[in-house]
Amino acid sequence: MAKNLRSSRRKLELTSTMEAAERLCSELLEEAKEKGFEEEDLFAIHLALEEAFVNSIQHGNHSDPSKKVYVEYSITPQRFEISIADEGPGFDPGTLPDPRMPENLCKTSGRGVLLIRSFMDEVEYNSKGNQIRMVKFKRAGVPSKGQRG
Amino acid sequence: MDQKSPNMTVEYVGEDVIVATLVDEKILEESQIQALESSFLPLIEENNPAKLVVDFSNVRFLTSSVLGLLIRLSKKIYEAGGILRLCGIQPKIYEIFKITRLDKVFDIYPTREEALEGLV
Repeated sequence: MAKNLRSSRRKLELTSTMEAAERLCSELLEEAKEKGFEEEDLFAIHLALEEAFVNSIQHGNHSDPSKKVYVEYSITPQRFEISIADEGPGFDPGTLPDPRMPENLCKTSGRGVLLIRSFMDEVEYNSKGNQIRMVKFKRAGVPSKGQRG
Repeated sequence: MDQKSPNMTVEYVGEDVIVATLVDEKILEESQIQALESSFLPLIEENNPAKLVVDFSNVRFLTSSVLGLLIRLSKKIYEAGGILRLCGIQPKIYEIFKITRLDKVFDIYPTREEALEGLV
């Protein structure tokens, strides 16, 4: 129990490869599981991590191995928080085409950010658009919206 | 005649319906997507217009790259007048289709049997 109450905040630098991202993803999911996150939340976190790392490594850093991905995360029994930054020029998430619109529905890419926003509880980008911060609250640990203190 | 590739099992049902069952529980790496595409494309080209059912019942996790692959495949199939049906999609993965509204683009059936109805 004492272990589960301990928070961990770590900073890491990754090489721009999906292999490095996959290894980190596995570690983060394992840690979240140890902190009591359940399958549904783990699925959401996993999906958001995969999509965010693809965006950083492939779109941001263009898979250039000389460029780094900077990760900072904290996992507590209540919340999973991570920020992922790349060395790319960034982008304006507000100008992304909505992949749900009829004219975009059959495009073969452009759904990652929508999925991240849908599966995570908080998502924000820095002003340059090369860093994403996202948070998932543990389902069972969050008071319902109608609950009053 | 049934065939196996590392990433899918291919079975011919009736005269010309192909049922491709995805083998991997997780589909997320670019190499997996490329391997699947390399397995699907000859199937579609050799059975033109293709009647293809893709069975997802083994799949527990996928990313948006798989959606891109399905759209590329569907364009090839639909352009030739073929049929593409998906089945066996787990509820959490179905949510991905719903969020992206691809549940309106693809013909999705709960089970393989239902997907085969009217095709065989």
